Amino acid sequence: MKRKLPNITGKIWSCSAIVFVLIIWQIVSTIGLVDRFMLPSPIDVVQAFLGEFPTLMKHSVITLSEAFIGLGLGILLGFVMAVLMDAFDGLYKAFYPLMILTQTVPTVAIAPLLVLWFGYEMTPKVVLIVIVTFFPIAVGLLNGFKSIDHDEVHLLRAMGAGRMQIFCYIKFPSALSQFFAGLRISVSYAVVGAVISEWLGGFGGLGVYMTRVKQAFSFDKMFAVIFLISLISLVLMKGVDLLQKKCMPWEKENGL
Amino acid sequence: MAILEVRDISKSFDGEKIINQISIQLHEGEIVSLLGVSGGGKTTLFNIIAGLSRPETGSVWLDGEEITGRPGNVSYMLQKDLLLSYRTILDNVSLPLIVRGMKKKEAREKARIYFEQFGLTGTEKKYPAQLSGGMKQRAALLRTYLFSEKVALLDEPFSALDMMTKQSIHGWYLGVMEKIKLSTLFITHDIDEAILLSDRIYLLTGKPGQITKEIVIKERKPRRGDFPLTEEFLMYKREILSHLEGKNVDERDVL
Repeated sequence: MKRKLPNITGKIWSCSAIVFVLIIWQIVSTIGLVDRFMLPSPIDVVQAFLGEFPTLMKHSVITLSEAFIGLGLGILLGFVMAVLMDAFDGLYKAFYPLMILTQTVPTVAIAPLLVLWFGYEMTPKVVLIVIVTFFPIAVGLLNGFKSIDHDEVHLLRAMGAGRMQIFCYIKFPSALSQFFAGLRISVSYAVVGAVISEWLGGFGGLGVYMTRVKQAFSFDKMFAVIFLISLISLVLMKGVDLLQKKCMPWEKENGL
Repeated sequence: MAILEVRDISKSFDGEKIINQISIQLHEGEIVSLLGVSGGGKTTLFNIIAGLSRPETGSVWLDGEEITGRPGNVSYMLQKDLLLSYRTILDNVSLPLIVRGMKKKEAREKARIYFEQFGLTGTEKKYPAQLSGGMKQRAALLRTYLFSEKVALLDEPFSALDMMTKQSIHGWYLGVMEKIKLSTLFITHDIDEAILLSDRIYLLTGKPGQITKEIVIKERKPRRGDFPLTEEFLMYKREILSHLEGKNVDERDVL
């Protein structure tokens, strides 16, 4: 009982802060402090969202499928790289700096190049998402693999376990929480990556929708799509949390 | 014939000899202690017997078969329980069976049988973090037993426990050992613990560590609860202490 209370009060505080900001915003826009055309009121945004709902959904499906395909491949790549780099020290020394380097290149800078190489279809978007999502996964897993208790490994070795068994019973489960921490970041990167690459060209998706409404100066629709994108990210991150709870039941029990 | 035989084992690290010419015999159903100061090479010897590292000279024999440098034959248990935090107690103790290739379900069935005997009933579905230190060591011992029913190496298994828990776990341990008759090589730096639990004690002293004395504890088993308070117990203790003093070992290191 006692543990639940701070949680509820925490939510009350954050919810009232959001409501407060919305009220201020509504007032500012209603009394005309900022031009209504430039800053639509929250109510306008909600109306735009409802009016555009079918179109937004159609574009969301495209963006989400890019994000999921890219994320899936990113996870796969990150996992394979982490396992190989952990198993072979030479590979770690060779590729770790390179991996860091791929993350110093801004997403926005390589996106046009990808468009030139792969065209306006799905490929450049997926490639970009893979580049931004594999990194948190690989780093999380690598740290997890490195943080294992060596006495546990000795014990399993004494039991006669091979490398594969040590990986399955010790290394992988030990790295799970770091993996999920990485996944939480990657999920939001995937959505943002998809939108950014759609800006630069494409036939559908929330990014394409954004460039269209921008050209029409429909600020209300701009806001609607911005909120939709952050809502999608939030829902996906929450989904990762739920998945983590499902996959790591001992976390909850140990917290008791 | 001894079930476990260690013959003339020596090992050095960085040119410094850690243990020298160690020979130990363990007979079936026996509990034999290796008593010596911390850092005296006991753990080095343990890793060699467990097959995790190779000795410079000497060999290890299990049931007449040489197992020097081959892990997977004798089980061991440390001061740290090493229960995996993400597995339930049942899945932790059945792990050695699974590693050896048994099906998960079958391994669980086999492990479950021993929970009552080991005083672990009701902990099957719990995670290690939910158990007290003493209970965790019980589970660790069951895992050790399921790993090898022949020989177990216990490396100061109870030394991290507080005195009260330690006392009650000693009683529990002797009770369980009466039933399962697991041949055990027990490392400790606690003289009382060694006398209370062992059939025989090897004293490991000096640098490099050597076995300088062997003491047989004649007290019959199961041991009486007040054995540590008897004159015989004190005699054994005096014998050990005077031997260690003669070997110039600071008593405080041992107690």
